Amino acid sequence: MNPEPSTKTIRVDALARVEGEGAMYVRVVGDRVADVQLRIYEPPRFFEALLRGRHFTEAVDITARICGICPVAYQMSATNAMEDACGVRVDGPLRDLRRLLYCGEWIQSHALHVYLLHAPDFLGYESAVHMARDDASTVRRGLRLKKAGNAVMTMLGGREVHPINVRLGGFYRVPTKSEMRALAEPLKWARDAAVETVRWVAGFPFPDFERDYEMVALRHPDEYAITEGRLASTRGLDAAVREFGDYVVEEQVPHSNALHATIRGRGPYLVGPMARYALNFDRLSPLAQEAAREAGLGPVCRNPFQSIVVRAAELVYACDEALRLIDRYEPPDRPAVDVPPRAATGHGCTEAPRGILYHRYTIDDAGTILDAKIVPPTSQNQKSIEEDLRGFVQARLDLPHDALTWQCEQAVRNYDPCISCATHFLRVDVERT
Amino acid sequence: MRRSRRRKPKLAVWKFASCDGCQLTVLNLEDELLALAGAVEIAHFLEASRATVRGPYDVSLVEGSITTPHDARRIRRIRERSRYLVTIGACATAGGIQALRNFKDVREFVSIVYAKPEYIETLSQSTPISNHVRVDFELQGCPIDRRQLLEVLTAFLHGRRPNVPAHSVCMECKRRGVVCVMVARGVPCLGPVTQAGCGALCPGHARGCYGCFGPMETPNTASLATWLGRLGMADASLVRVFRTFNAGAPAFRAAAESHES
Ligand code: SF4
Ligand code: SF4
Repeated sequence: MNPEPSTKTIRVDALARVEGEGAMYVRVVGDRVADVQLRIYEPPRFFEALLRGRHFTEAVDITARICGICPVAYQMSATNAMEDACGVRVDGPLRDLRRLLYCGEWIQSHALHVYLLHAPDFLGYESAVHMARDDASTVRRGLRLKKAGNAVMTMLGGREVHPINVRLGGFYRVPTKSEMRALAEPLKWARDAAVETVRWVAGFPFPDFERDYEMVALRHPDEYAITEGRLASTRGLDAAVREFGDYVVEEQVPHSNALHATIRGRGPYLVGPMARYALNFDRLSPLAQEAAREAGLGPVCRNPFQSIVVRAAELVYACDEALRLIDRYEPPDRPAVDVPPRAATGHGCTEAPRGILYHRYTIDDAGTILDAKIVPPTSQNQKSIEEDLRGFVQARLDLPHDALTWQCEQAVRNYDPCISCATHFLRVDVERT
Repeated sequence: MRRSRRRKPKLAVWKFASCDGCQLTVLNLEDELLALAGAVEIAHFLEASRATVRGPYDVSLVEGSITTPHDARRIRRIRERSRYLVTIGACATAGGIQALRNFKDVREFVSIVYAKPEYIETLSQSTPISNHVRVDFELQGCPIDRRQLLEVLTAFLHGRRPNVPAHSVCMECKRRGVVCVMVARGVPCLGPVTQAGCGALCPGHARGCYGCFGPMETPNTASLATWLGRLGMADASLVRVFRTFNAGAPAFRAAAESHES
C-alpha cells in the first residue's frame, strides 16, 4: 500500500505591504497543489447598500472612502456614471483637469507601490525603511516622486487623501494658471526620476514565470485610456462600458469577503497596469515607450513579477501626460457644468491605478440613489492571483518553505491588491450552481 | 551613558474596518518618514512592513472601527500591550462611514445581498474604539491631517498631551481670511459645528464644509440646523448632512435624529 501523501501548507495569516487585510493559504498534497485561497477577511463595509437613499451628488464623496489610496478613481467613476445617467458630458479644460488629477493619483499610488510596497521583495528587505538603511537615496527618490503626485492632488483636489474639490460636472474651484505652473518643476524632476525608476527596477531578478491571461482594460481612440474608453481585451472583447454587466459575473466564495469576478463563459481575467500596457502600448508617450523598450519589455508583458517595470513605465507616462496637460491649460469660464438629475441608470468606468473600476447607479427624478453597484479592480483580479499562486507553487515545490512563502507573498503583491476596495460591496448578481 | 543606549520607543499601527487613508497619511509624511523611522522602532505596521516585533508597544495608532466579534477581541489584546493608544480618523473615533449601518437593519442587507449569508460575520453596529477599550487620545478627521498627526506622535513620544485645537472650522476660515460661504453666498456649511484641523479646506475651495473632521467640543447643532433650514434645507437633507463620515459621533447622531420624521 502507498504511504499517505505528505501534506504541506503555506500560509500567511496577515499579508503585509498590501492595502487592507488579507491572508493567503496554499495546500500541497504530495507533489500537487491541492488548494489555493486568497482570503480577504477585511470586514465588509456595505457601501452599495449605504448609498441607497443618498442624494446623487453625494456618491463622489462617499465612494472615495472605499479606498484611501485611490480615492480619485472612485470619484471619477462615480462622476462618470452620474453624468451618464443625467445625459451630461464634460469636455474641454474640465475634462483635462480630471485627467490631470487622475495622473496625480497614478503617480503617488504607483510610486508608493513600486518603492514602498513592492521593491523590497526583490531586494530581500522587510520594508522600504529597512531598505533605506542600506540605500537611503533610492528610498528618498521614491518618496519625492510620490510627493510630486500628491502635490498634483493637493493643488487640484485640496488634499491627497479624499480630495474635497471634485463634484458632478467638474470642480468647486479651478486653479489659476500660475498655480498650475508651480506644479511643472516638481513634475519635471519626477519625470526624470521615473525614467531612472524604470532602469532601476528593470535590473531586479525576476522569477521565470508567465501566464496566458485574458487582459482587460479601457481603450480610447486617441489617448492612453484613464478616464474613459471602451472595454477591450487581449481576446477580442470590445464593448461599451454600459455592457460591463453582460460580460462580467461576480460570485461569492466561502473563503473571501470579496466577490470573485470572471468573464462569463471564459473565466478569470487580469486588469491593471499589465493589461493597460498590453492593450494600449501604442498610446503611450514616446518617452514612456522608449523607457519600456530600454527595460527589455515587449509590447505585451505576461510575467506578473515584471508588473513593477510596467508600473514604472506608467509612472513615466503619467508625469509626461501631467506636464502636457499643465502646459496647455486655459482656465475654463465656469468650474463646473450643471448636472440636473433625471430618472435613469448610468454607468462609469475608469482606470484606477490597479485596474478598471466600474460603477453603476440608478437614480430617480429627484436625484435619490435607488441602486448602486461597484466592481473594483481587486475583485476582478482575485481569481488571477489565485491562479498565479497555483502555477507558481506547483513549479517550485522544491524551494525551502520560508523562501517559497516569501515568493508567494510577492506573487500577491505583484497585483498591489487593494483589499479595502474589494470589500466595499454588496449587492451582486450571484450565480448559483 | 545609559541614556544614549536607551531603546527606541516602539510604534505600532493597527487597522480595523477602514479605507487605509489614515494609515496612508503616515506614509504621506514623505519629508519626515525616514526621520520618524530613525526616531522610533516601527514595531508593527503591516501596510508598510513584513517585519513585526512583539509588544508591549509605547504608542499604538489605531485606524478603523469595530464591526466584527473577532475585531472586538483583537482591540482588547492591542490595548493590553500598548502604553498609549491613539485612534486616528473618523472610523476609529466615531465608527466612520460604515456606521451608517447603525441606522438600518444590517442582518437584512447581509441576507438580501449575499447568497450565503452564513459566511459573513459582521456586527449590526460599527462602533468606535472607545466603546471597547480605554483610549488615550482621539485624532479626528476623515482622513486625519498630517500636521496634526505629527503633533500627536511627537507629543506622545515625549510624554506630553498633544496640542490639537478643539475650536470650529469657522475659526480657521477667519484666520485664513476665507470669506464665509454661508453668509456671502448662501452655501450650506457645517463649519460652525465641525472641529478644526483641515485648515478650512472646503470653504477655501468655495464649498461648504461637510463635517469630515466630526463635531467640535460642545457644538450648537440646533442653531446651525435653523440656519440651514432658512437656506431651504428640508428635514430629510438635514438628516443626511449630519449622517456622513461621523454619523456615529454623539453630537451629529443626535442632530440627525432630531430631524428624523
Ligand atoms: S477615517 Fe476616513 S480616511 Fe480614515 S480610515 Fe476611515 S474612511 Fe479612511
Ligand atoms: S472644511 Fe469640513 S469637510 Fe472640508 S475638509 Fe475641512 S472638516 Fe472636512
